[in-house]
Amino acid sequence: MKVGIVSYGAYVPRYRITPEEIGKVWGVDGKAMSKGLMINCKSVPAPDEDTITIAVEAARNMMKRCEVSPKDIGAIYVGSESHPYAVKPSGTIVAEAIEASPHLTVADFEFACKAGTAAIQTCMGMVGSGMVKYGVAIGADTSQGAPGDALEFSASAGGAAFLIGSEKTIATIDHTYSYTTDTPDFWRREGEMYPRHGGRFTGEPAYFKHVTSGAKGLMAKTGLKAGDYTYAVFHQPNGKFPTRVAKQLGFTDEQVKTGLIAPMIGNTYSGAVPLGLAAILDEAKPGDKIFAVAYGSGAGSDAFDITVTNDMDGFQRQKAPTVKELNSNLKFLDYATYAKYRGKIHLGSE
Amino acid sequence: MRRVAIIGIGDTEFGELWDLSFRDIGIQAGLAAVADANITADQIDALYVGNMGAGRFIEQEHIGALIADYAGLARDHIPATRVEAAGASGGLALRQGFQAVASGLHDIVVVGGAEKMMDVSDVESAMIQSSAADQEWETILGATFPALHALIARRHMHEHGTTREQLADVAVKNHKNGSLNPKAQFQREIKRETVLASPMVSSPLRMFDCAPSSDGAAAVVLCPLDMAKKFTEVPIEIIGSGQASDTLALHHRKDICTMEATKVAARRAFDMAKLTTKDVDVAEVHDNFTISEILAIEDLGFFKKGEGGRATEAGLTSLEGEIAVNTSGGLKARGDPIGATGLAQAVEIVAQLRGKAGKRQVKDAAVGLAHNVGGTGATVVVHLFRRA
Amino acid sequence: MATAPRFWREYPSRYNLVGFKCNNCGKTYFPPRAICPVCHRKSVGKIEEVKLKGTGKVYSVTEVHDTLDELAMMKPYLVAIVEMDEGPKLTGQVIDCEPCDVAIGTPVRVALRKLSEEGSAGVIHYGYKFVPVKDSTGGSVNIRVMT
Repeated sequence: MKVGIVSYGAYVPRYRITPEEIGKVWGVDGKAMSKGLMINCKSVPAPDEDTITIAVEAARNMMKRCEVSPKDIGAIYVGSESHPYAVKPSGTIVAEAIEASPHLTVADFEFACKAGTAAIQTCMGMVGSGMVKYGVAIGADTSQGAPGDALEFSASAGGAAFLIGSEKTIATIDHTYSYTTDTPDFWRREGEMYPRHGGRFTGEPAYFKHVTSGAKGLMAKTGLKAGDYTYAVFHQPNGKFPTRVAKQLGFTDEQVKTGLIAPMIGNTYSGAVPLGLAAILDEAKPGDKIFAVAYGSGAGSDAFDITVTNDMDGFQRQKAPTVKELNSNLKFLDYATYAKYRGKIHLGSE
Repeated sequence: MRRVAIIGIGDTEFGELWDLSFRDIGIQAGLAAVADANITADQIDALYVGNMGAGRFIEQEHIGALIADYAGLARDHIPATRVEAAGASGGLALRQGFQAVASGLHDIVVVGGAEKMMDVSDVESAMIQSSAADQEWETILGATFPALHALIARRHMHEHGTTREQLADVAVKNHKNGSLNPKAQFQREIKRETVLASPMVSSPLRMFDCAPSSDGAAAVVLCPLDMAKKFTEVPIEIIGSGQASDTLALHHRKDICTMEATKVAARRAFDMAKLTTKDVDVAEVHDNFTISEILAIEDLGFFKKGEGGRATEAGLTSLEGEIAVNTSGGLKARGDPIGATGLAQAVEIVAQLRGKAGKRQVKDAAVGLAHNVGGTGATVVVHLFRRA
Repeated sequence: MATAPRFWREYPSRYNLVGFKCNNCGKTYFPPRAICPVCHRKSVGKIEEVKLKGTGKVYSVTEVHDTLDELAMMKPYLVAIVEMDEGPKLTGQVIDCEPCDVAIGTPVRVALRKLSEEGSAGVIHYGYKFVPVKDSTGGSVNIRVMT
C-alpha cells in the first residue's frame, strides 16, 4: 500500500524580533549574527500561545483543506520539545479541538527537533499496516533560548500538521530512512527552563554527521541522486547549516530555497522541517520529488523521499494560509516585550 | 396588602473604614436606624440583610444570623435572612422586608445592607465583583466587570451619539452632590478634565467613570403605615416596589443599550403606586459606572432612549434640574459598599422627603425613586416613596 | 479561576463553539442549555447540538487596561461582543491586531488560545478568542507582506 500526505496545514505566530534588537541588549553585533546565521528575524509566540495552540491551528488548517471526516482519524501524535505539560499530552487537546475524539490513539513525541518527523514515520506505519485509516503527525514548538546565549537569536515558534493516509494522497512518501546514535550535543533537563548545548560540538559530530548519514542512507535505499529531486529541505536551526549541508550533498540553491524558512521565522525546532515541507507543498506540482531530512539533537535524523501526485491539482490549498501568508501582517517587538511574552521576566506578584 | 412605611433610617460613613469590622458597620447602621425609629429591640419582628460577597470578602457566610446576633437579638430568636442579588442585594432586601410587612406576616422589620470590601486586595476585589457577571461565558473569556460596562458605553456612543464628555458630566454632577454630603466617600468637586485625564480602566471608561470600592452599611426600619405615627412624625410610605430579572450575560440581551429589567421593574413599581415618571421629584439611581446612570435615566422614563447623555450635559439631572438624580452623590461619590447601596439610596430618599437633606435638599420633594441594579442589569429593583 | 472539572465540562463549547439549535423554533443559541429560552418545555427532545462556524462581526469592543491577574501579561487587551453568523452573540478577546484594526462591524474568526492557567503548576485553560479577518475566506488582514 502506498502511504503519503493527504493534507497539511501550517501555523506561525505573527510576532517577530530581529537579531539586531536582541544583540543590542547583550552587547552583541546583531547584524553580524543575522548575517552569520542567515536569520533576518525569528517568530515569537504571544503570551496566550503555546505548542498546543500552534498545533491546534496547524491541524485545523490541515482539516480545512480536505474532506476527511475527523472521526476517521485513528491516531494523533504531537512532537515537540516544548510541550506545555511535562505530563498530560498535547495530542488529546488537538484531538478534541478537531473533533477526532474519542475513538483514536494519541501520544506525544519528544526527540528535540525531529519529534514531528518521528511522528510522521509512526503514522506511516499505522496507516501502512492497516491499523488506522488516517493518522495525524504534528511538529510544533515554542522553544526558548537562554537570555544572552547564541540560541536566543534563533529559537522561535511555529508548527505544521500532516494528515497521513493511503487514499487521495497529494504526495506519497515512498521511502524513509533514519540514522540514530547517542550523541549529547544539545539537551534540557527536567525542570530547567532553558536548554544547554555543546557549542561547536553541535556542528560536525552532531548536525552534519547525522544529516549527511541520513541523506546518504536514503539515497542508498532509493538509488537516486540529488539531481533527481525538485526540492530539498533539511533541518534548519538557522539558514547557514542547511545551506551548507545541501551543498555538500550536491543540492543547488534553487532546490533548497523554497523550503528554507529559517531566515524569516527562525528555528522552530520540531516545526522546522515540517514547516519547510509545508512551504514546498504550497507550490509543488504533480511529479515533483521532494528530499527531506530532519535532525534532532541527542541525536538522529529522519530522511524522506516524497513524490507529489496528480491529486495535488485538486488540492484545496487556498482554504488555509500558506507559509508565505503566515509571514505577512507581522508585528516586530522590542526586546523587553519579547522577554515579557516569553516569560523571561515575571510579574512581581508571581 | 397593607401599606408600609419607613419610620427610621441610619447609615455609616462610606469609605475605607479600616478600624471598623463588618460586624461594627452592620450594627452601627442598624442601631442608628432603630434609634431614629424610636423602637426597642423586643419590638423587632424580623431582620433582612442585603450583602453580596461576605463569603469571599471576609470569608463569612450566614450573614443574617451574624447581624441578628451582634445586634443583640439572638436571644429573641428573630427570623434573620440574608438577601443576595449582586449589586441589587440592598434593594432586594428592602423589597423582602416590604413584602413581609405588606403581607401581614411581620409588623416591625429592620432591613439593612452592609459590605466590607477593603480587607482584600484590589485584584481579589475585582474578581469578587466580576462574579456578578456570567463567570462561564463573560469573565473566564477575559471580560472584567468594568469592561462589560465599557462595551455598553461604546455601543451607546455608536447608536445614540453619546459623547465621552457627557459620560464625564455624570461624574462631575455626582461629585458636586457628594461634596454636600457629610457621609459621602468623596466630598470634593471635580471637573470634566479630571475625569478625562484619569487612568483608563476599559475604554472608553476611565477611573473617574467608575464608582469606588467601599466599606459601609445602611439600614431602615419598616412598619405598617397605620402604626407609623406612633414612632415618627414623618413616616415615609413605600408606595411602589418592582423587581425584574434579565439574562445574566450582557451579550444575551435584546439591546445592550437598554436595561429591560429597569423598564419592567419601574413599570411594576409605578403601577403599584398608580403614578408615572412625571410624578417623581428626586431619584437615586445605580451609577456604578457613568454609563449606567445614563441608561438608568432613560430606562426609568425620565428621558427618551439615547437622550440621557445630552440631558445630563444640559444639567437636567442636577440638584436644580428637571429631575434631581443622585443627590447623595450616587454610587460614584457617596460610595458603593455593594450590599449597602440599595439601602443607602432609600436612606437618602427618606431624608429628602422628610426635608432633612441639608444642603442637598430638593425643594418640595414629595415623591422619590430608588433604582438598584445587580450585574449588568440581570436584576433590577425599583422602589417609590412618598411622604405619607 | 475555574477549576479543572468545571472548565472541562464546557470543552466542546470552549474548543469548538458547540451551541444548540431548537428544532421547535429553529433558532441557534450559544452556549448549550437544557431548554430553549423561547420554547421552554416545547423544546424538550428537540434540542440539537450544533457547532458554530466560527465567523462573525464585532458588535461592541473595549480595550481593557485594568485586568484580572490571569491576563495581566496581555494588558491592555481587547474584549468584544461578537455577533456570530448564525445569530448568537459571544464575549471574548480580540487578538493578533492593533486596537485601531477593530471597530463595530469588523469581521472576525475564532482561534483557540490560552485563556488562563491555574498558576504555573496548575491546569491550562484553552478557549476561543477572535482574530480580525479581511475577507470571508478567513484570510488574515494584510498590513505588511514580507517577501
